[in-house]
Amino acid sequence: MEKTIAAISTANGVGGIGVIRISGENALTVADRVFRSVTNKKIENMKGYTAAYGHIYDDDELIDEAVALVFKAPHSYTGEDVVELSCHGGMYVTKRVLRAVLKNGAASAEPGEFTKRAFLCGKMGLTEAEAVMNIISARGAQSAKAALSCMEGKLRKRIDNVRDDLINTAAHLSAWADYPEDDIPEVDAENLLNTLKACSSELSKLLKSYDTGKIMREGVDTVIAGRPNVGKSTLMNLLSGCDRSIVTDIPGTTRDIIEETVMLGDIPLRLSDTAGIHSTDDPVEKIGVEKAKDRLLKAGLVLAVYDSSRPLSEDDKALTDLLSDAPSVAIINKTDLPTKLETEYIQSRVKHIVYLSAIDGNGAEELEKQVSDIIGTSNLDASQGILANERQRSSAESALQSITEAIDAIHMGVTLDAVTVIIEEAIDHLLSLTGERVTESVVSQVFSHFCVGK
Amino acid sequence: MKFNAGEFDIAVIGAGHAGIEAALACARLGCNTAIFTINMDAVGNCPCNPSIGGTAKGHLVREIDALGGEMGKAADECFLQMRMLNRGKGPAVHSLRAQIDRRAYSTRMKHTLELQKNLEVHQAEITELEKTDDNKWLITTRLEAQYTAKAVILATGTYLGGRIYVGDVSYESGPDGMFPSKYLPDSLEKMGMRLRRFKTGTPARVLKSSIDFSELEEQCGDEPVVPFSYDTEHPGENKVKCHVSWTNENTKQIILDNIHRSPMYSGKIEGIGPRYCPSIEDKIVRFSDKKRHQLFIEPCGLDTEEMYLQGMSSSLPEDVQLKFYHSIKGLEKCIVMRPAYAIEYFCADPIQMNSTLEFRDLPGLYGAGQFNGSSGYEEAAAQGLVAGINAALKIQNKEPMILDRASSYIGTLIDDLVTKGCNDPYRMMTSRSEYRLVLRQDNADVRLTPTGRAVGLVTDERWESFNKKQELMKAEFERIKNTVISPSDKLNEILTANNTTTVSTGIRLQDLLKRPELNYEKLKDIDITRPDISPIIFEQVEIEIKYEGYIRRQYANIEQVRRLEKKLLPKELDYSTIEGLRLEAREKLNKVHPENIGQAGRISGVSPADISVLVIYLASLKNRPEGKTDDN
Repeated sequence: MEKTIAAISTANGVGGIGVIRISGENALTVADRVFRSVTNKKIENMKGYTAAYGHIYDDDELIDEAVALVFKAPHSYTGEDVVELSCHGGMYVTKRVLRAVLKNGAASAEPGEFTKRAFLCGKMGLTEAEAVMNIISARGAQSAKAALSCMEGKLRKRIDNVRDDLINTAAHLSAWADYPEDDIPEVDAENLLNTLKACSSELSKLLKSYDTGKIMREGVDTVIAGRPNVGKSTLMNLLSGCDRSIVTDIPGTTRDIIEETVMLGDIPLRLSDTAGIHSTDDPVEKIGVEKAKDRLLKAGLVLAVYDSSRPLSEDDKALTDLLSDAPSVAIINKTDLPTKLETEYIQSRVKHIVYLSAIDGNGAEELEKQVSDIIGTSNLDASQGILANERQRSSAESALQSITEAIDAIHMGVTLDAVTVIIEEAIDHLLSLTGERVTESVVSQVFSHFCVGK
Repeated sequence: MKFNAGEFDIAVIGAGHAGIEAALACARLGCNTAIFTINMDAVGNCPCNPSIGGTAKGHLVREIDALGGEMGKAADECFLQMRMLNRGKGPAVHSLRAQIDRRAYSTRMKHTLELQKNLEVHQAEITELEKTDDNKWLITTRLEAQYTAKAVILATGTYLGGRIYVGDVSYESGPDGMFPSKYLPDSLEKMGMRLRRFKTGTPARVLKSSIDFSELEEQCGDEPVVPFSYDTEHPGENKVKCHVSWTNENTKQIILDNIHRSPMYSGKIEGIGPRYCPSIEDKIVRFSDKKRHQLFIEPCGLDTEEMYLQGMSSSLPEDVQLKFYHSIKGLEKCIVMRPAYAIEYFCADPIQMNSTLEFRDLPGLYGAGQFNGSSGYEEAAAQGLVAGINAALKIQNKEPMILDRASSYIGTLIDDLVTKGCNDPYRMMTSRSEYRLVLRQDNADVRLTPTGRAVGLVTDERWESFNKKQELMKAEFERIKNTVISPSDKLNEILTANNTTTVSTGIRLQDLLKRPELNYEKLKDIDITRPDISPIIFEQVEIEIKYEGYIRRQYANIEQVRRLEKKLLPKELDYSTIEGLRLEAREKLNKVHPENIGQAGRISGVSPADISVLVIYLASLKNRPEGKTDDN
């Protein structure tokens, strides 16, 4: 049985549709673990060439809505069972979906692997074979080069440090086991735990930096919310520096979600100016309102806008209540006008509040500061090295998992031979970034560090 | 004058640990076999340490025994002291080691060869090896006797072009003052074999009565004695003690003052020495911050007063040796009977062989032991057995026996040698196996007896007792799965005493045994249905239960790798012609000629993308229409 693989199969880019392709014997099962169709139908029970509409979950967290297309072996691109999840796009969401898929039993596809499988399943003729081999070797070289260039400098050093600590630990354990009668220092459980914990914490930090780093590259999925005519579109125009939304004084002018990427200081925000959230009888507007609420709950950042020149309304309160679960800034807009808004209700529920005049831009710097606080970029120093791609992230994550398991095993009193094997697994995951092999690294380390042998 | 001295199916050159296993396997599998030794009194000699087994090596001995080899049985018969090393460090690294009576072992092995049906033992130095026109091998001795054989196994140890070094003195010699094999290297190189120089060494032997043991730490054997062989029912008792001493600042100073007189440091020895077995001068130079180094004083036998100084090998001149040995506590007045020496010898680059240990380009020619770049009696015996079995199977037109990494340490050893080669004498270590939780010394029989049986080396008697043991194990697994222990004060007392949580409902015996804090011994009072069977079975069941999760995971990895190993690569493939392979990969693959995709993936310098290219290439070969395959 070949392992089941997955990758994003659409070109990178903000917006549009993102497709995650899963291929292999377990493709349907893996898809079922992340996709819940609205009709509760299992993908496993679906026929080939059929589609289902539903939602993607990472554990119980809703990530996106999606359409799942099912292809059954041998009638698919690769000739294996294939599920394609088309989701709403944006690299951020698409990558989160991929991550959920990888977490649930698929392995990250090697360069050209779908094509390779297509060939192996007899989906391509002989004449195409050589072309495929060249593509794979070119892509392999390219991705190795890309990985290496990302691996240079600080990041490489950080990963190498963790790897070296683990190799030294494994070498000590091996010397201790393979040379029981030589004068090898006892392996001290306390020391061992400390090393493993240090490695685990460093990897956790790196993984966290991946998320922050990704924000720096791809932008924060940001929603501007508020009841009609509080100045959302004006705020968007302030941030983007041009007229995108139709700005009038008539409430409800903005019906469609408009997306745009803007820079707030160093942070790219992928802005959607949404319809205002308010009660309405207009069926068209109603759909817009529901859509806005939904977006708000999924957003990476909510900029909730209030009108300081008018008293707090029921719609304002409803919006404020929605904010408690979302990373959000309350923006008290129109500070250029006389203040009539009581802010206590907001203050007691939202941590970050900014007073702003979207018309003249007063308070924009404070907004930048608050946003950077929330996103965590204020603590991110890109020069420290950050994980750059999904492959690096998943290697680091697997290594972290193994280390955690090793720590648990020590606490449970499992003998050190088994612990050593788990530590070597962690090393293997880290080495997979550079293509070295664990047993050789450990054995050489034993001989260079320990005076062993009869 | 050259004369025709006889014809055999298989000829084995060398009667050390590799040659013995090879010859016995061939003869027992029904091949008409001859074994040649330079000196009849050096059969099964142990020219270095008087011990068999040790970490990972103990595993090898067990595996040899499970396949139907001889080493384990002989060690059981000739042991002086038996120890299970690494108790407390986990079952994967438990290793048996025996101190043996070196002469008794050699005599026992020689006698076994002499009694073996289908086997002739000859004292002769082989000087030439040539291929005959009818694809046989012609072997010529120093006395010009000529033998023909369908297959030849080279197990020449340190005899092949052997040269001894002691300080600035050096001379051609085999080990222990034997003649070297002087002419064979030329003959081998003539047929295109790549040879190289390796080096190893051995410490001095000193007179027991000249040692002052009074202040030295004693080291005793384990009771009860655990034997190597699955056939040994009554292993006997420990008969001797070993002793431990330490070098000191004075020893260090003497060696440093004279280091320029070491042939290693003056550049006289070109051979590469083993990393794992450094001489005392190596240890002192490389680990200069260490104040002292440990040494073990081990008896060489019951009817000799010679004592082996483990950890103290050296190639320094004899006068320096005397000085530094005398600086060590207990050895102040020791009489050195045999000085330490280094020996340099020829061996073959093992990547010229495939996993049956047959030379790829010289069909019918096999290598084993130090000749293949390994070191150690156990490593040698393991390879000898595999080479012997495969030579016999080939002659009988049967499928070869290939042990993969997941099956055994033997498989791991051979795969390492033929895939990665070795740059210094190769020693087995538990850290070399990625599957060490599965490849334990306790389950070597489960892993390999069926293979040995299929090959034809496992006797009916052994096969029957193996199957009986398997049935008992199966029944015990069932029993602990189905036995529910009800909660009681007695049970909870035991649980509390062992620092594990108490229970208020019934619990399966299996789940109690899973807890790291508990074992069979601790649970005996509440386990009233326990059958009266061998403690070995309990031990094995307990390990399998306790490590179930880890073991299962290793099996999953094994499954993955074995799938790749089923994808065979054509023997005559010229990798330089495959588009898409990187240049480095083409070169490496052409050098190693892996037998399958799995092995190809283990070659350093071959990337996952290269493997993908190979897989596609393989598939395209298969898809090629019939008519096109026979282009050449």
